[in-house]
Amino acid sequence: MRDRVAVIGVGHSGFAPITAGLSYKELSFEAALRAYSDAGVNPRKDVDSFVCVSEDLLEGTSIFDEYVPDQIGAALRPVQTISADGLFAVATAVMLIRSGIAGVVAIEGHSKASDIQSPGAIHQFALDPVYNRPLGISALAVAGLEMNHYLSATGATAEECAEVAAANRRAALLNPIAAYPSEIAAADVAASEPLWFPLRSLDVAAPADGCVVLVLANEERARDLSDEPVWIAGVGWSSGSPTIESREWGRAEEVQAAAGRAYRMAGIARPDSVVDLAEVDDTYTYRELMHLEALGLAPEGGAGEMLAGGAFGPDGDVPVNQSGGSLGQGYLFEANGLARTMECVLQLRGTAGARQVEDAGVALAQSWRGVPTTSAAVAVFASDEAVRA
Amino acid sequence: MSPKRPARAPASNGSRPRAGAAPRRRPSVPTPPFTARGRSLSDAEFRTAVGAVDAGVDARYAWDTGIAVGGYLRGLRDGKILARECRRCRRILVPPRMFCEQCFRPTDGWTEVRDTGRVNTFSICYVRWDMERLEVPEIPAVIEIDGASAGVGIMHKLGEVRPEDVRIGMAVEAVWKPPAEREGSILDIRYFRPRDAAERAGRTAAGRAARAGARKASGARKASGAAKTRRGKAR
Amino acid sequence: MGQKVAVIGAGMTKFTRRAQETGKELSWEAAKAALDSCELTLDDVQAVCMGTAPDAFDGVHMKGEYLSDGAGGFGKPYMRSYVGGGTGVFGAIQGWYTVASGMFDVALVVCEEKMSSTQPHPQGAFLTIFDNILERPLGPNLLWIFALEMNRYMTVHGIDKRDIAAVSVKNKHNAVDHPSALLGMGGITVDDVLASEVLAWPVQRLDVSPVTDGAVAVVLAAEHVAKRLTDKPVWIEGVGWHLDSSYWTNRDLYYPDYVEYAARMAYDMAGIKEPRKEIHIAEPYDPFDYKELHHLEGLLLFDKGKAPEAMRDGVLYRDGDLPSCPSGGLLGVGNPIAAAGLMKIAELFWQLRGDAGARQVPGSPKRGVAQAWGDLMQVGTVVVMGR
Repeated sequence: MRDRVAVIGVGHSGFAPITAGLSYKELSFEAALRAYSDAGVNPRKDVDSFVCVSEDLLEGTSIFDEYVPDQIGAALRPVQTISADGLFAVATAVMLIRSGIAGVVAIEGHSKASDIQSPGAIHQFALDPVYNRPLGISALAVAGLEMNHYLSATGATAEECAEVAAANRRAALLNPIAAYPSEIAAADVAASEPLWFPLRSLDVAAPADGCVVLVLANEERARDLSDEPVWIAGVGWSSGSPTIESREWGRAEEVQAAAGRAYRMAGIARPDSVVDLAEVDDTYTYRELMHLEALGLAPEGGAGEMLAGGAFGPDGDVPVNQSGGSLGQGYLFEANGLARTMECVLQLRGTAGARQVEDAGVALAQSWRGVPTTSAAVAVFASDEAVRA
Repeated sequence: MSPKRPARAPASNGSRPRAGAAPRRRPSVPTPPFTARGRSLSDAEFRTAVGAVDAGVDARYAWDTGIAVGGYLRGLRDGKILARECRRCRRILVPPRMFCEQCFRPTDGWTEVRDTGRVNTFSICYVRWDMERLEVPEIPAVIEIDGASAGVGIMHKLGEVRPEDVRIGMAVEAVWKPPAEREGSILDIRYFRPRDAAERAGRTAAGRAARAGARKASGARKASGAAKTRRGKAR
Repeated sequence: MGQKVAVIGAGMTKFTRRAQETGKELSWEAAKAALDSCELTLDDVQAVCMGTAPDAFDGVHMKGEYLSDGAGGFGKPYMRSYVGGGTGVFGAIQGWYTVASGMFDVALVVCEEKMSSTQPHPQGAFLTIFDNILERPLGPNLLWIFALEMNRYMTVHGIDKRDIAAVSVKNKHNAVDHPSALLGMGGITVDDVLASEVLAWPVQRLDVSPVTDGAVAVVLAAEHVAKRLTDKPVWIEGVGWHLDSSYWTNRDLYYPDYVEYAARMAYDMAGIKEPRKEIHIAEPYDPFDYKELHHLEGLLLFDKGKAPEAMRDGVLYRDGDLPSCPSGGLLGVGNPIAAAGLMKIAELFWQLRGDAGARQVPGSPKRGVAQAWGDLMQVGTVVVMGR
């Protein structure tokens, strides 16, 4: 198993609606210090390669990769930026390690959402400049279209979607670093401000500031450095159709494709019988349901009902988003996938505190970048015990 | 737009390999010199083409300066250049940062450096970013700050000097805005000028304009006496 | 190390000042040309790697997502990597580890740039590359940082501007033989360069590569696949990349350490001990003429400050001892940022196969190095290729 890759360190800066007085560099430095200390590595000597995730317009800086190295100990070292969710960086680290060019890789992703003064305009700038932008619609309209199609095609209801928000915000109460823990009911979601029908404001994850840094290693280095490596059993990513006019609505086909690859790599045939917990993209409530279906954890159109029945709760068959997800922890842009990975690692180490899932051996993380994008990534993690068993 | 005709007949798809399977052997074909098609639009065509889209983005940000840069800006408002020190590698760093990127540890404390330095490199820029000619050229420079570690500098502009007189290694000093006009910005320093009065001839338009600005600035400085105090305190 | 990786196909669009095609269409044209060149179809491709520089050029937020279907990414593992101006050569590195990992056997790398969309001038996209709080208030433009570096390089070594201008002349001459070139100029002389408009001294108009639209693609394959598909695979023997500190005013710009570190990483992997003997052809990054010389030194092909002498002695011409930018480079073929870097990889592929036609370097070169640079005088990306 020379190709095995493990997560050996996680670090964060905490997640908050606003981090006044701190720059993104200072957030990253804090998360990096924690991750390297957790992994027991010195980044100036022990880390062979660094992968950062960012998008220029979320930072207000063109060619933002200029500004990433210093605060993570990566100055004059191999550093690259991946313009995608953090799980794509996890996949990149896996490839770097399997290619033999790196033994230890650090990954950084952050959000300084509170710096952005015109988030709607920037989000709209992601729409096709020729076909869609002249319509003057918000990017969120695409989520409304998608949600409406999903509800009418599957028979899922807006109330079931609202339960997602309630469940994840509630779960966040047990996560000390979450930005938006609260006790809300589905009725509160139904009463929240309508955005693009049927999407309402509490269906949408609110942005937060924060940084997550991970340290990954090949088997030899992982055994050397860590008592409790968490293995990456499988990873997959895929792109759907970015063209709104020709995409599959109502089904997250890119998630299905990404999951298929990750499951094949991990040798998983029946995910619902293997996966002990999942951290799933919940940028919008209905999307968590679509994703659970695409991941094979619920039948098509059946996720809402299962969720309402408690199947994805803390005591359910597959606890989902016990971290609070993006709805509860806050939406961290490209760091979302890293926060999900961190939760999987803590759960598989058995150090998730009050939200610990019993006997967790296999965990799954899934990401998607929000409308209008169609790129998704999935990673399957396994504890050392699960791998040895 | 019509698809470009492939340089060679496309391969038969008859026995296309399944995803994951290795494609079968095919004969080697010569690659280019490849004649690319494609067409360039003229500026007029570009602006008047059917469906031409003219769009901007309202991207606005309010960046947190953070601890290090925030402290630096407060220092500038007070007429001081502040640095952070790393006691492990013994470097004095400006612009300041809360971490030492070489040692990867927190920096240890603030220290004031001088508002003088030497020109590490410079340019004389005659155009604006959109390539319009400037009436008065600008002189951007990297200035190594006295009191900071060797080679540690900041980017700023030079003034009160004829472009042809500027040279690498020239000793320069900050020309500050009067205290009342400072707002905690890199622009609280108007520019750096030669320390040697003989080099501050400034017979060009740039020099005259810079001199006019400097007269105002130095008048205010005398009034406040801040500059003298600052020099006296410098390390 | 993982599995061996070869380049087996390459294709590119014409480099133009203002392409009629959208970014998606440019990506598609290059991808199609590359696949056609090795008689593959998109169905044979298992993963797609995208390289493209700032979103501000195309005017689309998350532009990697937008370009994905044009580049052939639909329904496939598709990922965009990004290291500023170093992105084009890094695209080949991304493709290399994608295949070398053993997770994929055939990868398509596409690099696209459509700079002309930015109005009123593509330089507008570069205004926000400087530090948001400490540098942007000074009103810097992109030329500043090049001029500052060029001045430092020239002053430290006492370099004659004529030797630098000769690089621009060489590349614009070389580009005459490139069918995709935007700026092949057969009649240009050193005096023309020295007489061109001074933009930001010491940078003059003809020292600078032109604003360009274009796309380039290459097909990479694992050894067992490459050997079945072609008799002339060109192997990726070494890859390296390094990113220096963003505090660029704390570094001495006269020498690109980041290029040297990246080069050493690539040479080590390729088992190269004496690059000056073992490298037969170079495609260093030349967005400005002095940059080519600066980078040849960083690549350890000349001593510090000695590359201008090599230019003067004719070493860098196509028939010289170390042909440099035989393609015509960015100064001649054009500079659609990320695409320009991958164009260098494509050029090595054609040169090492002996397929470069009128541009062919004599003496059947066996090994070449391509390099790109980016960010705030900060990134070096290096690929060594051989046959």
